[in-house]
Amino acid sequence: MMKRWRFVKRLAPLMAMMVLVLAACGRSDLSTLNPQGPVAEEQFGLMKLAIGIMMIVIVAVFGICLYVIIRFRRRKGDKTIPKQVEGSHKLEIIWTVIPVIMLVILGVPTVQSVFNLAKDYSKDPEAVQVIVTSHQYWWEFEYPEYGVKTAQELIIPKGKTISITAKSADVLHSFWVPSLAGKIDTNPGSNVNKMYFSAPKEGVYLGKCAELCGPSHGLMDFKVKSVDESSFDRWVAALQEPVALPSDPELAKTFESKCLSCHAVGDLGGPAYPNLTGIGSRESVGGILINTDDPQYSNEGSVYDNLYRWIKDPEEIKPGNQMSGAYDLTDQEIEGIAKYLSELKLNYE
Amino acid sequence: MDWLTTVDHKKIGILYMIAGGFFFLVGGLEAILIRIQLWKPLNNFVSADTYNELLTMHGTTMIFLAAMPLLFALMNAVIPLQIGARDVAFPFVNSLGFWTFLFGGILLNVSWFTGGAPDAGWTSYAPLAGTTYSGDHGVDYYVLGLQIAGIGTLIGGINFLVTIINMRAPGMTFMRMPMFTWAAFITSALILFAFPALAVGLAALMFDRLFDANFFDPSGGGNAVLWEHIFWIFGHPEVYILILPAFGVISEVISTFSRKRLFGYSSMVFATILIGFLGFMVWAHHMFTVGLGPVANALFSIATMLIAIPTGIKIFNWLFTMWGGSIKFTAANLFAVGFIPTFVMGGVTGVMLAAAPADFQYHDSYFVVAHFHYVIVGGLVLGIFSGLHYWWPKMFGRILNETLGKLTFWTFFIGFHMTFFIQHFLGLLGMPRRIWTYLDGLGFNEMNMISTVGAFLMGFGTIFFLLNVVITAFKPQNAPADPWEDGRTLEWSIPSPPPEYNFAQTPLVRGYDAYWKEKMDGHTGMTPAEPIGPIHMPSPSILPFFMGAGLFVAGLGFMYAKDWGNLFGSFKTGYALGIVGLLIVFGSMFLRSVIDDHGFHIEEDEILKDMEGKA
Ligand code: HEM
Ligand SMILES: [Cu+2]
Repeated sequence: MMKRWRFVKRLAPLMAMMVLVLAACGRSDLSTLNPQGPVAEEQFGLMKLAIGIMMIVIVAVFGICLYVIIRFRRRKGDKTIPKQVEGSHKLEIIWTVIPVIMLVILGVPTVQSVFNLAKDYSKDPEAVQVIVTSHQYWWEFEYPEYGVKTAQELIIPKGKTISITAKSADVLHSFWVPSLAGKIDTNPGSNVNKMYFSAPKEGVYLGKCAELCGPSHGLMDFKVKSVDESSFDRWVAALQEPVALPSDPELAKTFESKCLSCHAVGDLGGPAYPNLTGIGSRESVGGILINTDDPQYSNEGSVYDNLYRWIKDPEEIKPGNQMSGAYDLTDQEIEGIAKYLSELKLNYE
Repeated sequence: MDWLTTVDHKKIGILYMIAGGFFFLVGGLEAILIRIQLWKPLNNFVSADTYNELLTMHGTTMIFLAAMPLLFALMNAVIPLQIGARDVAFPFVNSLGFWTFLFGGILLNVSWFTGGAPDAGWTSYAPLAGTTYSGDHGVDYYVLGLQIAGIGTLIGGINFLVTIINMRAPGMTFMRMPMFTWAAFITSALILFAFPALAVGLAALMFDRLFDANFFDPSGGGNAVLWEHIFWIFGHPEVYILILPAFGVISEVISTFSRKRLFGYSSMVFATILIGFLGFMVWAHHMFTVGLGPVANALFSIATMLIAIPTGIKIFNWLFTMWGGSIKFTAANLFAVGFIPTFVMGGVTGVMLAAAPADFQYHDSYFVVAHFHYVIVGGLVLGIFSGLHYWWPKMFGRILNETLGKLTFWTFFIGFHMTFFIQHFLGLLGMPRRIWTYLDGLGFNEMNMISTVGAFLMGFGTIFFLLNVVITAFKPQNAPADPWEDGRTLEWSIPSPPPEYNFAQTPLVRGYDAYWKEKMDGHTGMTPAEPIGPIHMPSPSILPFFMGAGLFVAGLGFMYAKDWGNLFGSFKTGYALGIVGLLIVFGSMFLRSVIDDHGFHIEEDEILKDMEGKA
């Protein structure tokens, strides 16, 4: 008996340490253990409760296990026959009742939270309405109240409740921003889903697709950018402005015929594929080529470089995407278009 | 030839073991390739398409072609012996089950060589698995291969149900049945209810794919979520189909090597039944994020948590079986003892996943990958290894080398925890599952690297096991009937390997742990329930082999009907081939029905001669 308690005592601080380490783990813009908004915090609370309960179970089982293994190992040549015990009602009832109690402790807040997180803000005038539509392998964000659409980057006013209506244009995907809220599947057809979250702090949060949707499933990233309210209003206004075509008429023609057949900028072009308005001021190209002037990794580069890389060979960056092979451009044209797009900025911050 | 026609449950068990073992290596190789691709960020070791094929085939192969058959191997090898029977209830059906499984499995793997394995995940969610988004034949192989292999599993399950109900030796009441037999019994019942759901789902998906129906395609008025329901109504019980027999193995091994009877036997039986029942009630916990609404999510959360109770009962019963015992750490027992804490870790993460709002975070992340590998590798595969080391002498008459067995255990066990423990954290830090690659700088690099190293260790563990098998095969066949000396159940009362007819005389069972009881009463063997006399045996038959092959041919034919052009004017070659395949199947069925086969007898003097030889 003594041995076991000593073991538990030695383990307890270790576990406590682990929980502490856990609580500040990973990139704060990505980790579920480092929540940045109330929804993710509520979920993290439940996770901590569950982890705590489960630690108790693990310590108990491991403790008994170790004790038994050490205490009752057979000595060499031991021929004695241990007492053949049938069982013990008392013990069996104990290890039925204790789990029941633990499950009640976990079950009650679970059910509360299930209903809490199912609240519907889609009619709430205070909330910002966003229709999220997933495509192989990009995200479309529509703001029905403002009549604007954007892609890959969801801009939200900080502190406000964002009410999401999620659906898919093709196969199943799942909308997940780990540091702000858990995921919700986007279904094709009439199974439309709702969820909500908010980000009290300004910042960029990483979002991911969490449902296998084809070869580039793992590359179907997006960003959620929380800005202050006046910036948000300016962003919406800027998005509604018309956008000028490239100044070189040759290039403008190429851009119109080769790109705007699918994409839109301002009020020009088609809605089928990602809207490019303001692409020059986004955090990334295609969700994964990170725009930075101080690149460290092979998926980072300046806006121009990233755009150039993407337009040059989208298949190399996101296999199986529907832009691959949809057009034919000379190197010079690609340079021109990449430059034009990299300067397509929205002034809102 | 002997092996193609055999209907002897012991040989079929060995066939299942060889085939399942082979597919385990294939699935393991796929896992290693997956892990090589993920060892560093933005790796290009395999293409995105190939990765999804590897991922899909790894999952499908491991579940349907490795884990299930290996369990069927143990069940076939052991169940009739444990209940004192001379064979399973329907030996012909038993062999048919094996051949349909094998041909289904081969069909599935043919896809690697015909330009595209299935790539929509082992769950094959629609509409990704539909023709619009998976235009090549990959998913057709999934549908038809699993359909054919599924027939084998279903009839195998029915066979075990009937065998266990009808063929127990005199005195073997249900409450005297060994725990492994009980587990196999409940598993078979689950198979009986779950596999038809899979068959229906696969048939509907087949109609969608081959004949342009619209069950699951929203653009044609179908419903993609319907597939998820059908799949998981099968898929969740499937997990218990896999794990219950492993529980059975652990119960036998722990009890034998602790020299103690199983603690709380009746609560173990009750817990097994309860787990089986609850297994059917919780399928929607795979679908918390699908949008079923808070009422469904709350109910399925609670129902799922309830499973922890019977599972906990089992865990503590095992611990208290060892408590006060005299524990011997053979390789088999190492696997069994290692199973307990490992499985507990898989179990507690299961309870964590059951809390729906938290699952919104875990779902489809590496946390889930870690969880289910703790359950299926840390639970099931350790259970299978344990069972193989334990019953190897009974199956082959040769004891596996203990040193190599222990080496297998330690490399596999350490490799396993290294691979999967860390994946819990990858998931919590935001890494989704089923991804071909991940970006640099997200903080995933080191953990993925460790995970890959662990996978290699598991690979080495498996190689040590193979080595052990090969070395042991060259040893003389001299294992005693009761090689562990503490055998408790009936299979240890007959020679290793058992004669064709298992029991020269059907034993009389006088209590739980029948053989142990006789030993404690000072007897050297079981009390026979009948005099020695000629034993009736079923004849071998090649028909099951042909039926499996026929289904294989039919599957290929129908799959390629669209591409293979025409025979005689407008009749498609593929359909012709399909019909030929089906004719082989029905022809064999016809022959089976009309040929009058009474089997044969093994005569008294032959049995007596056997008994002298062994005694
Ligand atoms: C050699 C040891 C193994 C390793 C290293 C391994 C590794 C992996 C990895 C890395 C994944 C992919 C996760 C993802 O990208 O989402 C995976 C998936 C999976 N594994 Fe394993 N695995 C092993 C053994 C097993 C065994 C023995 C089974 C079952 C009996 C199994 C069943 C599965 C299943 C069902 C999936 C999911 C496939 C899917 O999502 O479609 N694995 N495994
Ligand atoms: Cu996706």
